[in-house]
Amino acid sequence: MLNILAQPPTDAIPTPDVAWSGLMPLLILSGGAVLLLTIVSLAKDFIPRWFTPIYTVLIGIATGVAAIPLWLRVTDTPSAADPNNGPFATLDSSFGVDGFSVFFTMLFAAVVVLVALLANDYLRREDIDGPEFYVLMMLSASGGIVMASANDLIVMFLGLEILSIAVYVMAAMHSRRIESQEAGMKYFVLGALSSAVFLYGIALTYGATGSTNLVEIREFLSNVILLNDALLLAGFALLLVGFGFKVAAVPFHSWTPDVYQGAPTPVVGFMASAVKAAAFAGMLRVFWLTFGSYRTDWQPVIYGLAIATLLVGSFVAIVQTDVKRMLAYSSISHAGYLLVGVQAATNEGTATVLFYLAAYAFMVIGSFTVITLATGPGDAKTSLTDIAGLARTRPVLGIALTVFLLGQAGVPFTSGFFAKFYVISAAADANSYGLAIVAMLAAVVAAFLYLRIMMAIWLDGDEVADPTELAAAKAGIPVPWGAAVVLVVTVGFTLVFGLWPEPMIEMARDAVPALAIG
Amino acid sequence: MEHLLWVIPAFPLVGFLTLMVAGRRMGEPMAGWFATSMVGGAFAATAAVFFGLLGRDTGERVYEFTLFEWLPSGEFSVSFGFLGDPLSIAMALFITGISTLIHLYAIGYMHGDPNFSKFFLYLNMFVFSMLMLVMGDNMLLTFLGWEGVGACSYFLISFWFGDEANASAGKKAFVTNRVGDFGFMLAMFLVFFTVGSLNYSDMFLSVMSPDGIAESTATAIVVLLFVGAAGKSAQFPLYLWLPDAMAGPTPVSALIHAATMVTSGVYLLTRMNPVIAESANWAPDMIAWIGLFTALFAATIAVAQNDIKKVLAYSTVSQLGFMFVAVGSGLYVAAIFHMITHAFFKALLFLGAGSVIHGMDDDQDMRHYGALSKAMPITAATFIVGWLAISGVPPFSGFWSKDEVLLAAYENNFVLWLLLLLAAIMTAFYMSRLVFMTFFGEARWSDGHDAEAVDGEIAAAEDADDDATVEAAAEAPSREYHPHESPWQMWVPLVALAGLAAVGGVLNLPFSHDTKLLEKWLEPILFGNEVHITASTGTKWLLAIFAIVGGVVGIGLAAAAYLRKRIDTKAIEAPILAQGWMYDKAVTDFMGGPGRRMFDAATWFDANIIDGAVKGTARITTTVGSRLRLAQTGLVRTYALGVVVGTVILVTYFVARMSF
Repeated sequence: MLNILAQPPTDAIPTPDVAWSGLMPLLILSGGAVLLLTIVSLAKDFIPRWFTPIYTVLIGIATGVAAIPLWLRVTDTPSAADPNNGPFATLDSSFGVDGFSVFFTMLFAAVVVLVALLANDYLRREDIDGPEFYVLMMLSASGGIVMASANDLIVMFLGLEILSIAVYVMAAMHSRRIESQEAGMKYFVLGALSSAVFLYGIALTYGATGSTNLVEIREFLSNVILLNDALLLAGFALLLVGFGFKVAAVPFHSWTPDVYQGAPTPVVGFMASAVKAAAFAGMLRVFWLTFGSYRTDWQPVIYGLAIATLLVGSFVAIVQTDVKRMLAYSSISHAGYLLVGVQAATNEGTATVLFYLAAYAFMVIGSFTVITLATGPGDAKTSLTDIAGLARTRPVLGIALTVFLLGQAGVPFTSGFFAKFYVISAAADANSYGLAIVAMLAAVVAAFLYLRIMMAIWLDGDEVADPTELAAAKAGIPVPWGAAVVLVVTVGFTLVFGLWPEPMIEMARDAVPALAIG
Repeated sequence: MEHLLWVIPAFPLVGFLTLMVAGRRMGEPMAGWFATSMVGGAFAATAAVFFGLLGRDTGERVYEFTLFEWLPSGEFSVSFGFLGDPLSIAMALFITGISTLIHLYAIGYMHGDPNFSKFFLYLNMFVFSMLMLVMGDNMLLTFLGWEGVGACSYFLISFWFGDEANASAGKKAFVTNRVGDFGFMLAMFLVFFTVGSLNYSDMFLSVMSPDGIAESTATAIVVLLFVGAAGKSAQFPLYLWLPDAMAGPTPVSALIHAATMVTSGVYLLTRMNPVIAESANWAPDMIAWIGLFTALFAATIAVAQNDIKKVLAYSTVSQLGFMFVAVGSGLYVAAIFHMITHAFFKALLFLGAGSVIHGMDDDQDMRHYGALSKAMPITAATFIVGWLAISGVPPFSGFWSKDEVLLAAYENNFVLWLLLLLAAIMTAFYMSRLVFMTFFGEARWSDGHDAEAVDGEIAAAEDADDDATVEAAAEAPSREYHPHESPWQMWVPLVALAGLAAVGGVLNLPFSHDTKLLEKWLEPILFGNEVHITASTGTKWLLAIFAIVGGVVGIGLAAAAYLRKRIDTKAIEAPILAQGWMYDKAVTDFMGGPGRRMFDAATWFDANIIDGAVKGTARITTTVGSRLRLAQTGLVRTYALGVVVGTVILVTYFVARMSF
């Protein structure tokens, strides 16, 4: 012991090689966030207020653009001309760059752009404007990228925490609303609990396999037959709890309705799209990619979670009266469908989950955009009666919301239809017929929820039939340009890929995850 | 050249979309001219493709172009692709050509209509759907077009929906067509399950391979397709909707309900000829006999109609029957030939009728017409060309094509030929009746002055379209009329169509193999399934002479009855014929009586059993939901407990599975 201490430090600490090109999108996004924080701290008084949202949108676009050359590289097969093509890993094999991670990077970039456009007006309307929201959102999204790219359980945890901590703060952002504070607090306490469980799972897995690196774990599991796998299986359970909490799978879902209802609406849009996507990315990387050889052990659990999530999400949604709570349960039931795709444990199943996540991200951001605009200042009037007759006072908003609700219900000619269709057929291909049937029945039940909202906005609200009140109601909901752009993009995405899903599903199929060594 | 294929339907689609966005702003007549030019563009593109195909060897005359993979889903993959082969291009040529003329005509006809631009929007949409129907490279795209033309047809029938009769005519067309569409859909499913593809080339390749398809399956497909074709092409017993469809504006009757849409059943059966070749013999025979029955049945009804458009409608039903006889007899070329010439002369006759109606202040009752040839010289002259063509007088186009159909019938069965000849004689008779009652004889109308004083000059447009209905006109025969020739946008298409109807026969002259242009052209798509004529040249001449004599007899009888008044017309125009053998009434009575009770029972079942199940689901759902909701206390400790309990369950499960 003393000898070791006495030895002079002969070698420097070995630093891994870094393939900077593979980190580019992540660096742009997280660096952009830190830079924004620096700029506004130093030059607070000189910065015009339009600067921050525009800056965030540009950073988001830059992240997405930087991902394109990576996408072309990793989805290509190595050839004599380009031996570097194909998936690769960097940072001592702890950060993987493959079609899967680049797909998620682009998705997060899109979410950042859309939510920044939406938040711009919201923050001003609620008088909580400032750069903090944008900085936190960019950081959170870069945490998502880390999760989707992690080739190491420790890196995965790092990504999870970067993602989560920022979102806890964002949920509590509306400082004058007690519900927002409460939501942030609840989310934080329960999130901390689940993170602890997740970390414990990492420890048990390390104990069972002797490594935290996913590549090494997979090698180990395929080469060594464990005489006693209790430690490993307990690790599975705890890791699954961590992911299950983030995706809002039953029974780890209970935070969702309260947090969705209390948190600022654009933040909810971000949580439903980006956080859910990141957690599913992590789940697929760890369970399907790494623990694939043990799939007979974890598939039944995901099967059970999927059924519970589908049923609770669909049934409880029916009796809600608050639109944001309704959409929270809807988000739970969507997690159920995504679990159906994960449970298939095939490459096709993985592709369907990616398609679903992309389709859902756009639909849900669109939905919350309409809710943000329709519920008006204060962010509190979110009950079903508050938006009754919306389609008659503001036809454009009404039609857009109808498109998103139809999409979430899985009606043909929307991307939501193909999303559900693909996951269910993936389950059927994997011989999980029971699950496929439950998923279809749950879709029928969940349709009640969406129909109820549609009926409220189209048929109810007779009390505002008076023309002057109608005019007042119209004047009360201006559609700012940022939100208008979001609506056009999300409606377009939902309808175009509902008619022609080919390019999107092909992209999702190209985005198969791979564990590369580098 | 393949790339031009998608340009053909793209033209009317662009027209449709533009009119949807800016139609109202374009207004009259810009919207009409724009729509016409779009269809004209499609015609030019089709012509270019046609010449491209012509430049190739017979065996290689096919262009295929896939725009994109439409529905990729495992086994089931459908592409959005176009097929440019001799059949589809021949169809597309006459569709776009005639459509252009009718669009032009409609600019004059729809003058002053408050929904002028909307009319052209539907027309463009129709042309687009029709082109998808004939050019789609798989059954699903054809079906898409099939439904598209159907939808446009309903919209256009009830275009003047302010009138109850028009709206219910649209409904009738809709309901009747559903029956046919059901047959088409079932046929499509059956094809997919047995062949595994809806793409025509793949399907035919598989069907024509040895042990490709069982005879029973092929027969089922053919019968189901025929149900679909009978709905769209108004064959017995599904023809009911077509006479009522005349409620639509006359250009619609000419374009959709005479020249193009109603022939899509014939197109479909011709396209599927390899499957028909594999089916049991009784299936094509059934098609031929139902076609014959329809031809005869509709011809008898046409004899006793007084509404000029109703005569033409029943005539269309009858002529479609002729085409089905040819298809059922295996002479597809004759069917397509008659389809094309029929499109020429029937479009001409409808447009001529429209011109007459236009000139007679929207009165459609022929009993108020007479001696109009002086007031409307161009309309009358062109109409006479159409009349001679449909009556089968050589050398007009109808003679040549009808002769081919009669020859097909003769090859099939002598009785079939004899009865079809009778239908041809009746065709000549009722068409002559129409012409004599309308253009000749004494005027049964009064213009307030002397009837002779009408000098046929083009009248001012202000007395064009008022909203007078047929009923109003029939109740007031003493009203004044000012018959006048129509504006040039209306008579130019008439002249063009008259030219085509006169010389259309050159497409397929029977004298030698070299003059059978259409037969040579269509050869590649028939895969040798065309029946070879065995009759000697002498027999053919004899049959032609019979056909000519038949036509002349029909015309002569009509002249005796309606010009010379030698025959009592009351005997001919029997009430039972005027009412279409009471078939329509019987169907209506059945639907209103026992049918109605059946529907009531179905409604009860729906309301109590099915809705009961749905409402029950809703009730159970709500109850379960409210119970589960109790777990949502809002307290963090409860939630945390939930997470912990879930964790314990998961860990227990996993650890229970461990291996020691």
